[in-house]
Amino acid sequence: MALLEAKRITAGYGETEILHRVFVKVNEGEIVSIVGPNGAGKSTLLKTILGLLKPREGKVILEAEDITGLDPDRIVRKGICYVPQTDNVFASLTVEENLEMGAFIRKDNYQNRIQEIYTIFPDLEERRKDRAGKLSGGQRQMVAIGRALMLEPKIILLDEPSASLAPKLVRLIFQKISEINRSGVGILMVEQNIREALRIADQAYVLAMGRNRFHDTGQALLNNQEVGKLYLGD
Amino acid sequence: MVIYGLISGSIITLGAVGLSLTYGILNFANFAHGDIMTLGAFLALICLTLMQALRIPATTFGALSFGLPMVLALMMAMVLTGGVAILIDRILYRRLRKSGRIVLLIASVGVAFGLRNVIQFIWGPLPQYYSAEIQLARKIPLLGIRIKPDQIFIIGLAAFLVGMLHLFLQKTKTGKAMRAASDNIELARVSGINIDRVILYTWIIGAALAAAAGILGGLENKFITPNSGWEMLLPIFAAVILGGIGSPYGAIAGGMIIGLSEEISTAFISTAYKPAVPFVIMVAVLLIKPRGLFGGK
Amino acid sequence: MESIIGVLNYGAFFAITAGIYAILCLGLNIQWGYTGLFNIGIAGFYAVGAYTSALLCGPPPGPLDWRTVGGLGLPFPVGVLGAILMCGIVALFIGFISLRLKEDYLAIATIGIAEVIRLILKNESWLTNSVWGLKHIPPPLHSPIQRGISGFLSANPDASVAVKALISKSYNWFYLGLVLGIVAILYWVSERSIRSPWGRVLRAIREDETVVSAAGKNVFRFKMQSFVLGSMIMGMAGSLYAHYAMFIDANSFEPLYGTFLVWVMLIAGGSGNSKGAILGAFIIWGIWAGTDFMSGYLALSAIRVASLRIITIAILLELVLLLRPSGLLGEEKFVSKMMGKSKRGG
Repeated sequence: MALLEAKRITAGYGETEILHRVFVKVNEGEIVSIVGPNGAGKSTLLKTILGLLKPREGKVILEAEDITGLDPDRIVRKGICYVPQTDNVFASLTVEENLEMGAFIRKDNYQNRIQEIYTIFPDLEERRKDRAGKLSGGQRQMVAIGRALMLEPKIILLDEPSASLAPKLVRLIFQKISEINRSGVGILMVEQNIREALRIADQAYVLAMGRNRFHDTGQALLNNQEVGKLYLGD
Repeated sequence: MVIYGLISGSIITLGAVGLSLTYGILNFANFAHGDIMTLGAFLALICLTLMQALRIPATTFGALSFGLPMVLALMMAMVLTGGVAILIDRILYRRLRKSGRIVLLIASVGVAFGLRNVIQFIWGPLPQYYSAEIQLARKIPLLGIRIKPDQIFIIGLAAFLVGMLHLFLQKTKTGKAMRAASDNIELARVSGINIDRVILYTWIIGAALAAAAGILGGLENKFITPNSGWEMLLPIFAAVILGGIGSPYGAIAGGMIIGLSEEISTAFISTAYKPAVPFVIMVAVLLIKPRGLFGGK
Repeated sequence: MESIIGVLNYGAFFAITAGIYAILCLGLNIQWGYTGLFNIGIAGFYAVGAYTSALLCGPPPGPLDWRTVGGLGLPFPVGVLGAILMCGIVALFIGFISLRLKEDYLAIATIGIAEVIRLILKNESWLTNSVWGLKHIPPPLHSPIQRGISGFLSANPDASVAVKALISKSYNWFYLGLVLGIVAILYWVSERSIRSPWGRVLRAIREDETVVSAAGKNVFRFKMQSFVLGSMIMGMAGSLYAHYAMFIDANSFEPLYGTFLVWVMLIAGGSGNSKGAILGAFIIWGIWAGTDFMSGYLALSAIRVASLRIITIAILLELVLLLRPSGLLGEEKFVSKMMGKSKRGG
């Protein structure tokens, strides 16, 4: 069953139109990757789904409910969390406070959830009293993902989670993303690290110039010669 | 001299902490902050008159030059000033938030001139007094310095308010959300933090602290005029920049440093140039460490 | 007839002041309208211009003066040039400390320098005569014109009272011509420069600084040029004021007159539009002067009336910001085309 669906999305800033009738679908329990060259409109698509940008055309459907054009805080309440690519932690807050901020709208006791996040990212428990601004790039990414998980969302949107990380950390982050996915959270991520992103993805989309270019399973796209030639440098 | 520096530092700090909060969270330099201080000082004057009319006994507290009415007036004025700040936000700033920070800044200059002249319209430009009494400095036996009891009250109250603010920012969920919003308002929004509520609290706290600063300034100088707050604006901005914009803790240090250096400067240069001292410090900070001592935004 | 002449003569006085404000607006328009630089210390530059010119052209210190320097008795154009140059130097200093930083730092730095300038005017009596101010600043070509007037009056003793009244105020008409001539020249220069490649860079800086620096332009240098040029124009306005008023003191440069009104004028007229800057100056000065007339009908003290007028102007500013943020004329098309190009997503 479709968990999240973006249908025929057209969106942009000012007079510039960036997305042209783009389509993306995430089924329950899936990891879906969106790849493509710079300026393809990948981040814009995530922002439009989250309501940071209002689409000019098209619909965003979460579990059969139309959430097109709602404000971000409403959409977050519906169970979609978002991890931006940069500036994704509250630098002057401690690690634990960052997680608490993720749970801002929760009225119940979320201490258990914090513990669960520490089990996923043991590094963070060690540094829970440190300011997030002092952490390494990889640890910040963990804080950012952890914050997004605090609401126990149905799906999280990740904007280039592996950007500017060392290769070893890239593997770790992707491993954690798979782990989170296995616990039942849908993942929709945008990636520059195309090979890794296709490898762990159930479904993948290639966007170019703001339009859908390819759509298949991650594995099939990895083996697709045209995709290989255009984007993987084969 | 150091004592006077501490007193003016405490008053600047109260103003600067509030300005730094609004600067960090609402992301614009509020040039009306000084006039919000003046407003607080004059609202306290109204409350004081009201209490005289209600015949609340004005017996002074111990050695202080004022009694219960002044303390009540202070609290009432803080609340009222917070209310006025919210009202201005609802009518004006909220509608302009989408237009960008510089438009907000221009609007705040308009608010500054407007508020000051509303006050001047009502009370006229001449100084107004909280009380006619003149207090003599006493020697504190333990420390061997001369200080007026009122001045101890000023420093004590400023420290108390800053302490309360600290607890609020560190321990409460709303306080933490305010720090988060000051760090990164976009991220706060996508985390589901209720930005409207954060902004509401920011105005209440910023304006209430400004009111306290205005009133304490009136207690120290013995009078208030419609220009009192405007004259404080430059030292307050200097304190905020020195401490790092958006960092309330930096603003405390900044406020104390500005207050002390203003007073100490009088040993070297003419008192006429005391108001220029904050500017000189600010220029130095901008040249050497533009993000402030504690690295603000 | 006399009343019409009276109105005409008042009109000349009104238009001279409005013209001087228009010059200030044109200066601010280069800084804010074109480049997005927030100068809130206009009064400071205006004062520096006025005092420089007064000290260069005025009489030497008399026995009743506190000041010990100045009064070189130089001709009017030297005074104007000196005012321009001095403001350029002050602007260089302010620009140097704050133009590399975020725009609000410039705002705070300019308000700071305006305050320092005010303190200097008040306290350095050897230079500025402190609260006594500078007197007898010579108006340019005053005596030849006065001679002409008395010549005409003695040659035509039978002329009607109205003609006499009009002629006797000829100097004002001359000065009005001078001010409006300068406004016209500045308008022309301003329009030419905004359409030049230099002006295009300024507008691009206002829209998106990072794009400009990515294109290899030295943003700081362009900002500095714009800031210095705008401040020089403000200095020129100060000089014109001093030679018209013939007397200046520290109170001529309250932050309200110098800064706030000019901002309201530019925003109401339309920032980024030189026509708007001039129109705004005349309209807002009209409202300002008009409220002065009306105050006669209010049973209020002068100080209250003054407050009420400022409140009116402040409310007017907020209404413009809320209801017509681009001002009466708005920006011209070639500028607003840039607006769409903000940040793009990846």
